[in-house]
Amino acid sequence: MNEYEPVIGLETHIQLKTESKIFCGCRADSWFDPPNSNICPVCTGLPGVLPAINERAVEQAMLLALAMSVDELQPVSYFARKNYFYPDLPKGYQISQYDEPLARGGLMVLPLADGASLKVRIAKLHLEEDAGKTVHQTDQRLIDFNRCGVPLVEMVTEPDLRSADEAATYLIRLRQLLRWLDVSDADMERGQLRCDANVSIRPVGSDQLNTKTEIKNVNSIEAVRQAIETEIARQVTVVESGGQVEPWTLDWDEDSGTLRKMRSKETEADYRYFREPDLLPLHIDEAWLARIKQQLPELPLARRARFIEAYGLPAYDAEILTEERSLADFFEATVAAGGHDVKVVSNWLMNDVLRLIREKGVSAGGLQLRPEHLSEILAMLADEQINMTTAKELVERTEESGESPRQVVEREGLGQVSDRDSLVKLARRTLEASPEQVADYRGGKQTLIGWFVGQLMRQTGGKANPQLARQVLEELLAE
Amino acid sequence: MSLADRPGHEVAAEVRRGSLKAVEVVEAAFKRIEQVDGRRPALGAEPQPDDQQFIHAFLLADRQRALAAAAAIDQKVAAGEDPGPLAGLPLAVKDIFCVRGTPSTAASRILANFVAPYSATPVERLEAAGAVVIGKVNLDEFTFGSSNESTAFLPPPGNPWRPTHVPGGSSGGSAAAVAAGESALSLATDTAGSIRQPAAFCGVVGLKPTYGRVSRYGLIAFASSLDCPGPAARNVTDVALALQAMAGRDPRDATTAAAPVPDYSERLEAGVAGMRIGLSSDYFRIVAPPVGGGEIETRPIDPDIEATIRQAAERLAQAGAVIVEDVPLSNTHLAIPAYFVISRVEAASNLHRYDGVKYGHRTADPVADLHQLYRKSRGEGFGTQVKLRILMGMYVSAEQYEMAYYEKALRVRTLIRRDFEEVFNPAGDYRLDALLTPTTPTTAFPLGAVYGDSVVMQYADALTVPANHAGIPGVSVPAGLSADGLPIGLQLLGADFSEATLLRIGRTWEQISADDAWRSQRPMVLAEVGP
Repeated sequence: MNEYEPVIGLETHIQLKTESKIFCGCRADSWFDPPNSNICPVCTGLPGVLPAINERAVEQAMLLALAMSVDELQPVSYFARKNYFYPDLPKGYQISQYDEPLARGGLMVLPLADGASLKVRIAKLHLEEDAGKTVHQTDQRLIDFNRCGVPLVEMVTEPDLRSADEAATYLIRLRQLLRWLDVSDADMERGQLRCDANVSIRPVGSDQLNTKTEIKNVNSIEAVRQAIETEIARQVTVVESGGQVEPWTLDWDEDSGTLRKMRSKETEADYRYFREPDLLPLHIDEAWLARIKQQLPELPLARRARFIEAYGLPAYDAEILTEERSLADFFEATVAAGGHDVKVVSNWLMNDVLRLIREKGVSAGGLQLRPEHLSEILAMLADEQINMTTAKELVERTEESGESPRQVVEREGLGQVSDRDSLVKLARRTLEASPEQVADYRGGKQTLIGWFVGQLMRQTGGKANPQLARQVLEELLAE
Repeated sequence: MSLADRPGHEVAAEVRRGSLKAVEVVEAAFKRIEQVDGRRPALGAEPQPDDQQFIHAFLLADRQRALAAAAAIDQKVAAGEDPGPLAGLPLAVKDIFCVRGTPSTAASRILANFVAPYSATPVERLEAAGAVVIGKVNLDEFTFGSSNESTAFLPPPGNPWRPTHVPGGSSGGSAAAVAAGESALSLATDTAGSIRQPAAFCGVVGLKPTYGRVSRYGLIAFASSLDCPGPAARNVTDVALALQAMAGRDPRDATTAAAPVPDYSERLEAGVAGMRIGLSSDYFRIVAPPVGGGEIETRPIDPDIEATIRQAAERLAQAGAVIVEDVPLSNTHLAIPAYFVISRVEAASNLHRYDGVKYGHRTADPVADLHQLYRKSRGEGFGTQVKLRILMGMYVSAEQYEMAYYEKALRVRTLIRRDFEEVFNPAGDYRLDALLTPTTPTTAFPLGAVYGDSVVMQYADALTVPANHAGIPGVSVPAGLSADGLPIGLQLLGADFSEATLLRIGRTWEQISADDAWRSQRPMVLAEVGP
């Protein structure tokens, strides 16, 4: 059997995170709203209406293009009409950029597990409007126009991916970037990030591009991986049995984990594209571009590299801390707030703060616990004003109340008991209460020291400085 | 003189002063409608013997709505407020515009039951300036025609000057209603000549503004890159007032221009002394197939019309204008073929939305699937002219023909635009303020004479469509009557945003010709109405 190499290109549709739709003032995000509640004459295509471009959508697309380090944003791009009939396409055409897109020639760099990186070329990036949603019910079709006119960016890669894993990595990195730029929530299950995959195979060593198939309707990164793997295997079987891959469009059925043929490419409609006469050419002048360039934040990979370089963090920590922008911001703000060991800060973020984030289902920016709070807690811990138990409890309590941890400690007397005399007094009481254990210890069962420390901690309500407690107990038991 | 026939600007001035009630003005309009309009057109109505004695302009004449609006204006006046420069003027809206709460049909069966939930921007602006919408007027179905005979609502409008003849189109209802004194103003649209050609046929003033001067929001689209809303009225001054109210940027129409709107009335009476007005032989002939079919030929326009225009030029010269002869506009003869392609590609796409799913006509027959629902609903809902345009539009925009037709037509359009830029260039050889041309190659033709040959019909716009390709403004002003007593229109074309100049020349012409014998002639339908 020959060795085959898959050749994969991805076409993603990204729902932008604008308040209103791309061509009218209706609210763009309808996830929690009943059907047909965010609609107007414009997005339902009533007679006589005209589109008016939402500049925020253009700006978010520009930001994304800049993050893809495109060669050049097109100073002039155009909208076209893609004509076809479907009940959830109320105008009978979709307004989409086509032959003159907003940007061409970008690049997405993917760090791979082995430390190498893969450069995926972005062929083009354009703006378009979404169509509505059709729900099939026995003998009825129900149409929800809420999604009509939601702004989308279509981003198409060159066929630069060579495995299902690479395709999944691309999507993970893209999702991270979209959230980082705050241009999309990129939740695949909500359709905010959709992916079609073009797949072909060729013998290893060949540089020829063979007939490809297109996989549609894949709703999660895991499903993309599975669908591509399934398709690669199918194509190999076809070719190995002397057949030819045909240019089909395939539908991924998530439940059964199988691909179904939707149509042959030859029967594809002629969309009769022509320039949209209702919209002016989209001009991006220097001033506008400069303004958007200023909004471009340090990107995840650059920040990751800087965390390693500037803070001496392990790559593992840097990766986790830069997964999400507000977490990275949280880290840097905590460090900046004063004098902490950066690795200690990193550990607290990766353990306690990330746990809070997962529990609450928010981003780091959405926590009540602020970097200055964490900084106070870490400072008190470092100064031995509180012990570890109290510190962890304070993280939780601050998240609940939003109060300054230092104030809580002062008000509730949570400060660590580091006063040697009072600890000695309490320790004597502990030993007196447990004569049997004292006898065992003195008889050689020295592992009981942990049990004594635990008893003492309980007596102090967890406030005892554990090192000091152990020391005092050891001294008393040695008497 | 009946209130219905008086110049709008005089009437509005009196309403603003309080010496005349808007309610009286509107009542006079409805009285005239009763006298001359005849039965209301209806979907597929059978012809009746006396149809051709009436105008049948109005699809909807909403007296209650109009009287309520008029009463509100009178109240404003009583309260010392200014109801606006169009105070109380009856406005007939071509039924291609959405007017909130009214059936907005595009004269098509497919939209016969569509009631608009919003008003078009030009309608809103005219109403805000004090105009009173008295109803919606007939047109060619989706504006596809030059005679009004393609409307689904029958009988089609007749020409007030001779109701056996067409009023022109597609704004035939608009021009006829204004000519017959049923309305002081009409809001119409011009895609290839649809305001100017019927204005010429009916002896009224019709203006197609610069593309982008007036918002298209709420105008049911035909060919989006060519459609222009504009006013029709019985005199230039009224047209200037109506344009003033409509013009200007609209955030809901991205193609509206940000250019400042001048005062169109300010220099209306300033005359033409020193103005350079061009005549072009390319506008005294047309290159078209003959009526009845045959090969494309070059033929002169109606000699009556040519003589009238040349005479008008002489008299404008006497008034101080410089007439520049033999101005070349060599691509004029390509305007109709290019228009055939561009307009139909856009029309086919614009008509996609009428699918029987969301609004409008849906077949009553049982259907097996979605495809059949589309086919039957559209098959039943659209008339012949619409179907022809869809077929042609789909054909010439198909992937394999697009370069040969659509792309080529767009290049022709650029050439036509360049022709005009050349002659209007203030630093060029011609430095024209305006071109003076006939509006139409013929006067109004009898009902049924051309309808059915959609190619020949299209050439009724041969002299008006170049302005649509180029986006420049044009106005048609009554120039006289033909030997057989039908109106002749003169057309003035100018550079982008030169409406004020064109209106000023038009107004000068009105003054020059004020005492001409033809000016005292009245449309035939008014003969029995009395003065």
